Amino acid sequence: MVAVDASSYAGTSRPPPLLAPGHRPWREHSALPGFNGAFAFTLVYVALIILLPLAALAARPWEHGLGGFVEAILQPRTLAALRLSFGAASLAALVNVGMGLLVAWVLSRYRFPGRRIVDALVDLPFALPTAVAGIALATLYGPNGWIGSLLEPLGLKVAFTPIGVFVALLAVGLPFVVRAVQPVLEDLDASLEEASLTLGAHPVQTFVRVILPALAPALLTGFALAFARGAGEYGSVIFIAGNMPGVSEIAPLVIVTRLEQYDYAGAASVGLAMLAVSLLVLMGVNALQVMLSRRGAR
Amino acid sequence: MIPRELQTRAINGPVPAILLALTLAWLALIIGAPLATVLVEAFSKGLDTFLATFGEPDALAAIRLTLLVAAIAVPLNCAFGLAAAWSIAKFEFQGKALLLTLIDLPLSMSPVVSGLVWVLLFGARGWFGHDLDILGIKVIFAVPGIVLGTIIVTVPLIARELIPLMAEQGADEELAATTLGAGGWTAFRRVTLPNIRWALLHGVLLCNARAMGEFGAVSVLSGHIRGLTNTLPLHVEALYNDYDFVGAFSAATLLAGLAIVTLVVKTVLEQLIRAGATAKPS
Repeated sequence: MVAVDASSYAGTSRPPPLLAPGHRPWREHSALPGFNGAFAFTLVYVALIILLPLAALAARPWEHGLGGFVEAILQPRTLAALRLSFGAASLAALVNVGMGLLVAWVLSRYRFPGRRIVDALVDLPFALPTAVAGIALATLYGPNGWIGSLLEPLGLKVAFTPIGVFVALLAVGLPFVVRAVQPVLEDLDASLEEASLTLGAHPVQTFVRVILPALAPALLTGFALAFARGAGEYGSVIFIAGNMPGVSEIAPLVIVTRLEQYDYAGAASVGLAMLAVSLLVLMGVNALQVMLSRRGAR
Repeated sequence: MIPRELQTRAINGPVPAILLALTLAWLALIIGAPLATVLVEAFSKGLDTFLATFGEPDALAAIRLTLLVAAIAVPLNCAFGLAAAWSIAKFEFQGKALLLTLIDLPLSMSPVVSGLVWVLLFGARGWFGHDLDILGIKVIFAVPGIVLGTIIVTVPLIARELIPLMAEQGADEELAATTLGAGGWTAFRRVTLPNIRWALLHGVLLCNARAMGEFGAVSVLSGHIRGLTNTLPLHVEALYNDYDFVGAFSAATLLAGLAIVTLVVKTVLEQLIRAGATAKPS
């Protein structure tokens, strides 16, 4: 970061601003022009596109007081939907931590034909519109689908059950974990591993004792992002979920239903609760990472 | 320290082989199979039925609306991304962390919530619903609402791409240019823009893919009027709910094709960005 101190430009620039000692100006002087215009545009845009909508979301649930908010959240149907969305998202994110680590490991450690293509394909869930993934999954796991018809004789129903929600979130979360872990794996100092191996550690021991601790923060980030995205996911889940109230209905669908009934306060209550939980998890993971890095530094 | 990139090994021995096989099988199951389903279902009644989907007026209207929405949302978010990155990365001011947090916030929101917030503002019972009604302006269940939903969902994508890169590059080169007499705008155009061009394109690409494929937010805001307020993803849903599976998957191939093209261009751009980062010693 270049912060140009006005005093170092004595004679060519304006003198340092006269301020009471200890008072810091809100922004450091820079000889580079263009701050005011760009900053003003940024602020107006953030205010209109992010702050104003967020204010509406934060203000609306309390229309019928705190009781109204609590009632909207604790209604059995809403509670079941929240439990399903957050439960399936945490389970899927957990599986994705394992599978994402495997995929990242193979992509960063081994050379094989088609590696570039496989690497690019990992991002498909980012790029593929969720509605497309949704109808494809519903067909694939439906009673006549390639996978659904194989599972049906085993008595396992995926489509139109809560399991379907979990299955859909597996694809949604995978790239978050892979893309968080892969760069760390690639930058990992190879000599540490070699030292561990030459000193007689078993490869499994080396993995658990040397590699895994170095990956832990990235795995945590991947988990949190996959979780937050999965809990709010709508398009790829809605077709396969079956949407039975209390059983396979996800939280975002409850919001949609409430809006259709013009229950703005109820819809906003569920929306605010979802956002709050996601942000809390993300903040918790951040705190955990700070702790981890402190312990690593000791 | 030996960079990992040089440490990749060929597959030898049972453990790497098993790990590779597991990886490929998993990716085939959760990414390959859904993609294959789209293609197989789309062409299951032959090429003529597939093509007939795109002759329908509703499909054409949906494609047109999707292009229109992206043509409004992407340039706006691009201008925002550039302005935000210029002020955040090239200058020091207080409250920067808060501003960054706010810009990232839509990424933690469910798409449905991203749609909901606009209904809370402009819906019939929203904060400004009554005023809009008097003025005769329709936002919700109309194109402006769809545009707003798309913008909020994609607002961080370009900014996030540019801020870390421009912060890393610092302001030295721009300062040198202005010292030599260039104006701020010229410094931006002739110095900054060439330095960030591939990252900017990368951000625009991702923003565009998300804008054209957005479903949740748009679904809350569109009202689902066929031929008028259905974007292509909503048109896919409408066909699917009508049990016109071939039609739904045919329309979906267009979106899947967009995703594939996006991934290919993205991979190329990432190589260019990496080449640019190594070519320029910092």
